[in-house]
Amino acid sequence: MKKTFSIIFAAALIVTAGCKKDSDFLNVQPTSILTNEQAFSDPAQVLSILADLYNRQLDFSGLDNGWASFADFSESFPSENGSAYFVQRNEWGFGEWGNWDYGYIRDLNLFIERATAAKALSETDRTRFLAEARFLRANFYFELVKRMGGVPLITQSLLYDFSGDPTYLQYPRSKESELYDFVISEAEAIKGNLPVNPNEKSRVTKAAALAMETRAALYAGSIAKYGASTPQVSLPGGEVGIPASMATGYYTKALNAAKELISGSAGTYALYNKKPDLGENFASIFLDKSNNPESIWVEDFKLKSGRVHGFTVSTQPRYGAEEEEGGRINPSLNLVESFEKLDNTYAPIPATDGSGNPIFYTNQSDIFAGRDARLYGTVIVPGSSFKGRPVDIWAGYQLADGSIVTGDDRGAQKTLPGQSAPTQVVGFDGPVSSKEFTAQSGFYLRKYVDPTPGAGSRGTNSEVPFIRYRYAEVLLNAAEAAFELGQPAVAAGYMNPVRARAGLTTPLTATDVSFDRIVHERRVELAFEGHILYDMKRWRLAHVVWDGNKMTVTDLLGNIGTATKRNTQPYGLWPYKLYNPASANNGKWAYKIVLPALVTGANRFRLGNYYSAIDDNVRSNNPKIVKQPNQ
Amino acid sequence: MKYCMYTAIALIITTIASCKKDNYKAPNSKLTGHITYKGDPIEVEYNQVQFELYQYGFGKIGPVAGTFQQDGSYSMLLFNGEYKFIIPNGQGPFKWKQTAAGAPDTTVITLNGSQDLNIEVTPYYMVRNPKITAAGGNILGNFKVEKIITDASAKDVESVSLYLNKTQFVSGADNTAVTTVDAAAITDWNNVQLSVAVPSGQSSVYARIGVKIVGVEDRLFSPVTKLSF
Repeated sequence: MKKTFSIIFAAALIVTAGCKKDSDFLNVQPTSILTNEQAFSDPAQVLSILADLYNRQLDFSGLDNGWASFADFSESFPSENGSAYFVQRNEWGFGEWGNWDYGYIRDLNLFIERATAAKALSETDRTRFLAEARFLRANFYFELVKRMGGVPLITQSLLYDFSGDPTYLQYPRSKESELYDFVISEAEAIKGNLPVNPNEKSRVTKAAALAMETRAALYAGSIAKYGASTPQVSLPGGEVGIPASMATGYYTKALNAAKELISGSAGTYALYNKKPDLGENFASIFLDKSNNPESIWVEDFKLKSGRVHGFTVSTQPRYGAEEEEGGRINPSLNLVESFEKLDNTYAPIPATDGSGNPIFYTNQSDIFAGRDARLYGTVIVPGSSFKGRPVDIWAGYQLADGSIVTGDDRGAQKTLPGQSAPTQVVGFDGPVSSKEFTAQSGFYLRKYVDPTPGAGSRGTNSEVPFIRYRYAEVLLNAAEAAFELGQPAVAAGYMNPVRARAGLTTPLTATDVSFDRIVHERRVELAFEGHILYDMKRWRLAHVVWDGNKMTVTDLLGNIGTATKRNTQPYGLWPYKLYNPASANNGKWAYKIVLPALVTGANRFRLGNYYSAIDDNVRSNNPKIVKQPNQ
Repeated sequence: MKYCMYTAIALIITTIASCKKDNYKAPNSKLTGHITYKGDPIEVEYNQVQFELYQYGFGKIGPVAGTFQQDGSYSMLLFNGEYKFIIPNGQGPFKWKQTAAGAPDTTVITLNGSQDLNIEVTPYYMVRNPKITAAGGNILGNFKVEKIITDASAKDVESVSLYLNKTQFVSGADNTAVTTVDAAAITDWNNVQLSVAVPSGQSSVYARIGVKIVGVEDRLFSPVTKLSF
C-alpha cells in the first residue's frame, strides 16, 4: 500500500512538474550577465563599462606596454640582450606600427548607442558619458589615421544579417583628410559637454578635447604642406595624402584650438614650475601626481590596485637597483648633443679641443654643463644622481700612453701599473660593451623613471602616470601652427616660455624661429613621449633622417639642430678616468665617442613605411580597401 | 614474443596507413626569369623590389609576394595554373605599365610546367659599360648613365654611388665603404668616374655602382664585381 502510494505520488510530481512548457523551463535569465538596460541603469555601472573603454586606448609608447616602445629611432640604445635587433636591423617592416582594432571601435559605437537609449540615466550623466565615449572614439581614429592613413570611418555598430552576402558591410577607406576632419569636428562637438576641471586628469575634460583637436589639426596641416615634397606617398583616392591647398585651413584650426586652451577657457593649465632646480623640475613633470598643472590627460596608475607598471623596473640605473635588472634605455649621444647651450646655440659635447686632443674635466658632469636643463631632466648623465645616489658610469682608466685599462664586468677590478693591489677599473653601471642593463651609450634614461622607494621592485612597481597630452605640447603646437601661418613673432611667443622653463632665458625673436627650430624644440621637449615617429612622418622627414646610410662621427657632430640631419645609428659617449700620477690631469675625466659594438644596422625608413601595411586578410575580406602606396 | 608480435603488427599498420597519398602534391612548377629592358637585365637592391602573383578562383584573394634578387632575377615554385603578375606601384627604378586608373597592369602567366619568363620594364636609366677596377688602395668605377625615359615622365639623376662590401650583397644598407657624388658635380654622363678607398684589412671586395633617381626610392645598380688583391 505504502509502495503504491509512493509510486503514485512520484508519478503525480513528474506530471505536474513536467507540464511546464519547455521554452519556459529552459528560458532562464542568467544571473551573472546584465542586460543592456540593467547595465546602463546606474551611473557607477556605466562608468565601469567606460573604464574598460578608456583602458583600451592605444598609445605609441605606454608605460604599461613595455619599455621597448620608448626605444628605437636611434634616440636610444636598447641595453637588453634580446633587443639588440633594434640596432641590428636595416629597416622596418611595412607592417610595423599597424593597427586595425575595429573590435574596439564597435564597442565604442555600441556604448554610444546604448547610453543614448538608456532610460534610467540622468541627462547630466548621459551627456558626459557620451562625450567621453565620442572623445575616445575620435582619439582612437586619430591614432589609426597616424598609422594607417584613411581607414573606413564607422560611426555606428554594424550587424550582419546572415544572408550570405556581406558586401553591404564592406566600407571603403575614407580620405585621410576626412579622418582628421572627423577628429576635429568631434572635438568641437563634445568640448562643451565635457567638464572644465584642470584637476581631472584620468577622465577627459574640455582641455583634453582641445588638446586633441590642436594636435590633429596640426598633423593634418603638416601632412598637407610637407606631403607635397613626397608626391609618391599618396593615393589617387586621397586615402593617403592631403591636398596642399588644405594646409592653411588646418593650421588655422590648430592655432585657434590651442589659443582657446591657452586662454584658460578650459581651466587654468600652466607649465610645471614648482622646483628651483630646472632639471629636477623638468623631471618632476612626469613624476608629480599632485595638482600637476601641466598634464591634461593621462593614463593613470595606482599602487596596490593591480594597475601599476614596471617601467622603472626596466629602466632604473642598474647599480643599486631594487631588482637585478634595469638600465634598458640608454639615450644616444645623437639626442644628448642636440640639447642646446644656454646661449641658444648648438654645439657637440666637447670631448676634444679644436686640434683633436682630449679635454680633461675635473668633475664627470662638467662636460655637460651650461646646457638646456631638459638634458638633465630627460637623461641621467655620468656624474649625476638618481634617488640621491650618484650613478657609477665610467668605462675605464686611460693611461699616460693613451692605452685603456678596463674590465668586462660591472665594477671589475684590475691592477694598475705601478700599483700592487687590484682596484675598480669600470663603473658598476658600466658601460661594458654588450653587457645588458649597463649604460652602453654612457647614459641612462631619467624621464618617467620613478625614484619612489619600491618603484623599481617587481612586487611594488610604479604608479607614475603616462601623460598623453600636456600643456607644453599645446604651446609648441600653437607655435608651429603660427609659424606655418607666417606669424613667427607669435610662434616665438609660444616657444619662449617652454624654453625659459628649461633655462634658455634668452628669448627667441621672430627671425630666430625657423622650421629647423620647431623640429628641434619638439625633439628635445617631447623626447621619449611617443612623438618622434609621428612628427617625422608628418613632416615627411622620416625617410631623410633615417635614410639607411651608416653614420660617421662627422655626420654625428655636424649640423646639430638641422631638421634633415641623419640619425640612423645610436652613438655613445664613454667617460674614462686618467691614470697618470705624473700629470696634473691625474684623476680627471676624458670622454670618447663610441658606436656601441652591437650597433651593426642602420635605420632605413622606406617610403612604404609612411603608412603601415593593411593585412592581406583584411583586404581579401573587403576588396574595397585599397593598398598602401610603395609597398 | 607476444610483445614483439604486437609491436611488429603496429609498425606494419602504421606503415601501410601512412602510405596513403596526401591530398595535394607539393608545387613543382618553377617560374623563373629576370627583369629586363630590351633583353638587358636590370640590377636592383637585394630584397627591396617586390612583385606579386595573384591566382583567382580559390576563395580569398591575396598575393603570393616575392622580391627580386640583386641581379634582377626571381624564382617561385608554383602549382600549374593561370596567374596574374604585377609589380606594385612605386617599386623599382623603372616604370611598370599601368592601367588608365593608375593601378599596376597585370601580365597573365599561364603556367604548365616550369617556365622561364623575363619581365620587360622601362627603366628611367641604364648603367652601361660599368668597369670596376682596383688601383692602389682604391676601387675605381667607370660607367655611362644612359637616359631611357625622355618623355614627360622623365626623371633626373639625384646622385651616383660606388659601394664596397665584404659580402656579395652590396647596397646602401650593406656596405663597408661608399662614395656618393651628386648629379650636379657630374659633367659627362657618358664617362662617370667614381673612386672609393678600400677599408683597411679587406683583401677582397665586392663592388657595385648605384644610381639614385630623383623621386624614385629604389636605386638602379650595376652587376656586382668581385676584386681580390
